[in-house]
Amino acid sequence: MAKYLIKRVIYLVITLFIITSLTFFLMKFLPGSPFQNEEKLSEEQRVILDEKYGLDEPIPVQYAKYMVNIVKGDLGVSFQFDNQPVTDLLIKRMGPSLQLGFQAMFIGTLIGILLGVLAAMFQNTWIDYGSTFLAVLGKSIPSFVFAALLQYVIGVKLELLPVAAWDGFASSIMPTIALAIFPVATAARFMRTELIEVFGSDYITLAKAKGNSRMEVSFKHAIRNGLIPLVTVLGPMAVGLMTGSMVVEQIFSIPGIGEQFVKSIQTNDFPIIMGTTIFFAFLLTVIILIVDILYGIIDPRIRLQGGDKS
Amino acid sequence: MKKSKYYLFIVLAMTLVMVLSACGGSGSDSDSKSDSDDSKKDADSGEASGEQVFNMIETAEIPTGDPSLATDAASFIVFGQTMEGLYILDESDTPVPAIADGDPDISEDGKEYTFKLREDAEWSNGDPVTANDFVYSWQRAVDPDTGSEYAYMFSGIIENATEIMNGDKDPEDLKVEAEDDFTLKVTLEQPVEYLDSLLAFGTYLPLNEKFVEEQGDKFGTNSDTMLANGPFVLTDWDGSGLTWKYERNDNYYDKDNVALDEVNVQVSKEPSTAVNLFETDKADRTAALSAEYAQQYQNDENASTFEEGSSWYLKFNQERDGKDTPLANENIRKAIAMAFDKQAYTDTVLANGSVPTGGLVPRGLATNPETDEDFREESGDLMGTDLDKAKEYWEKGLEELGEKEITLDYLSDDTENAKKTSEYFQNQLETNLDGLKLELKNVPFKVRLQDTTKQDYDIVMHGWGPDYLDPMTFLDLFVTDGTNNETSYSNKDYDKLIDDAKVKYANDPEKRWEAMLEAEKLLIEEDTVIAPIYQRGRLVLIKPTVKGLEEHLFGPDYSLKNVYMEN
Repeated sequence: MAKYLIKRVIYLVITLFIITSLTFFLMKFLPGSPFQNEEKLSEEQRVILDEKYGLDEPIPVQYAKYMVNIVKGDLGVSFQFDNQPVTDLLIKRMGPSLQLGFQAMFIGTLIGILLGVLAAMFQNTWIDYGSTFLAVLGKSIPSFVFAALLQYVIGVKLELLPVAAWDGFASSIMPTIALAIFPVATAARFMRTELIEVFGSDYITLAKAKGNSRMEVSFKHAIRNGLIPLVTVLGPMAVGLMTGSMVVEQIFSIPGIGEQFVKSIQTNDFPIIMGTTIFFAFLLTVIILIVDILYGIIDPRIRLQGGDKS
Repeated sequence: MKKSKYYLFIVLAMTLVMVLSACGGSGSDSDSKSDSDDSKKDADSGEASGEQVFNMIETAEIPTGDPSLATDAASFIVFGQTMEGLYILDESDTPVPAIADGDPDISEDGKEYTFKLREDAEWSNGDPVTANDFVYSWQRAVDPDTGSEYAYMFSGIIENATEIMNGDKDPEDLKVEAEDDFTLKVTLEQPVEYLDSLLAFGTYLPLNEKFVEEQGDKFGTNSDTMLANGPFVLTDWDGSGLTWKYERNDNYYDKDNVALDEVNVQVSKEPSTAVNLFETDKADRTAALSAEYAQQYQNDENASTFEEGSSWYLKFNQERDGKDTPLANENIRKAIAMAFDKQAYTDTVLANGSVPTGGLVPRGLATNPETDEDFREESGDLMGTDLDKAKEYWEKGLEELGEKEITLDYLSDDTENAKKTSEYFQNQLETNLDGLKLELKNVPFKVRLQDTTKQDYDIVMHGWGPDYLDPMTFLDLFVTDGTNNETSYSNKDYDKLIDDAKVKYANDPEKRWEAMLEAEKLLIEEDTVIAPIYQRGRLVLIKPTVKGLEEHLFGPDYSLKNVYMEN
């Protein structure tokens, strides 16, 4: 196990290095400068500014300097937010995104699993069709439509929850629901398909033959096996949710990271592009590692010894 | 079996713990912070019955609280509420003395200005606002080490500014001196007609040297690292957040005339959200609505429009890849400029208070020094829609070029509204001019800028906003080899008119005005370098209870100093 872990951590570092380098060079292909007032700058003024921010140096030199700084833990300073260190900005903006992502993930998967189990248990009844219908709806309605609809109905018409803003738990409910619809749909579909297969297997027939009730069979024996494939997709999905959704953040005026990431690309805010990419990549690789470890624990058939892969 | 069931629970629990701990720090922080904010707000509103509170929406975060680094509307709006320079803009956009105590003494040659400063102005920390605050701030802005994008606002204005920016002289050489605490002497490179409007601009604001040096790199990165000398103090701004507040500045010299106790600002980038906040009374004013919402609300009782200071036009590139484009032909340019309906465009596609224009210089920018007539009014409609004439010019142009058909690139942004606009012009021009084909290129903003700079386009939809209150901020764009000419247009007569206005008549406002009128006429009526379309407007929703809001076409979008809430 230890050997496996060390090997995976080394892979992780290499992956991050490749992602960082690739992003850096691709980013330099972006047209235009990071200066907001670009259009009104004279040639001379551009030269002065490029010099000040080290943008006049050859790209390999800029790259080398950037990598050295990263190792020192310095991600640089934003262009959009003058003098704002990228690390500070990430920390401030990560909070709301992580909270929403986690809430959506937790609630979404729970409800999704429940729907999936019900659908499988009552296969080809109205419960099954209803849950499948919900799942399809959840997957196919774009989040900006769903979020805007939620805001209008619950916020404006019923006035149950705040329309927008980031101000306490109440304001996190609607964005959570808007984000949760995707994990609900995914979890429900996975659970249903897996469970139907599991219900057909021999050991379930045996459990039934022993006189266990349908509930007992489902909850004691079947669900555990049905969960296995779900765990695989949950990891990346969790990262996707926790790194923020531009659409949902914009609609509910949430100071999250998702919207900043997109905006940093539009405005050529190089340090923020790099900072967010590295952070997202780190989160994703770590979660995938965790999922792989969990996988081995849930399903003893999967071995984690480093040497086993041929 | 039993044993493995526990495993499952342990595993799930572990996942939970891991995910929780991964986000624990920041997540719970923000929780507790917002909770305490809640309780604070409740306490506030408890005593708030008679308070004047104004809630408004902005569309963008504040990028910086440092006036030397600021480049965009959101920052300048903040400085407009929290800071005052030598001059400020009044409700009709006329610069009036603020920290300056009355008008300055000006030397014979129009180059030396001596300002007396008011002695009762204070920073929000109690320090007096002195002449040195201006000296320090201006030197800091032109210092290349500061990296100010707006440093060019000093270039060619204050003596030595250009040399300092280029590193040939030290910032201390900038010709601005504090003769004593309340006397400021400024030496210009040459007389500048519009100096007072520059003095009202954000980059010319004073800075408290001791405070700024103390804060170092942190200066202006959140509301605790800023100082105010204007009607309001910025509070509760964390540097990148979507909310902030203005509170009345108790150290402001004119605080008795500030009615609002508190202004709450919420950023909403989604216009539907802004409208929903307004409809549910969470906001008293929205920011400018985007086109589709402007259309929907144009007849709403709460809608209010304002003509901004930016002009929009089709810019014709006359030379591409070293070769003349069909637009190098004057008749082709004239034909295109006359062949579309501007009124229908502003009414149906924009519907946000934008107005058609027949020139480059927007209405409301500057008035005749003698007669006070607006430049736009006096210069008149230099390019109107005229389909018959357009067709005539078109035929003539085609004949001169020896072509039957012309295909041109039409370059613009890739926003929803820019795409609609492109289609509108494609339809209008292709229908009205036989044999014209427009190929639409809707690209991201930065790409559009790059293509325009490289002159890799035929026609571009282009807009320009003023840097100061004078027609020159628009007219000098099109001098030969001007940085923002980008069309290869070159006319000696035009260059001479602009140069005369800048140098020869620098101290003769009436002659200067004449030269600028003539220049605009030459640029549009005769040479048709661009095809004027509209002066941009903005449409906001504002509650009828909000009184006294002043909107500006230059500098900060609005001033809150005189706002009060009618109950």
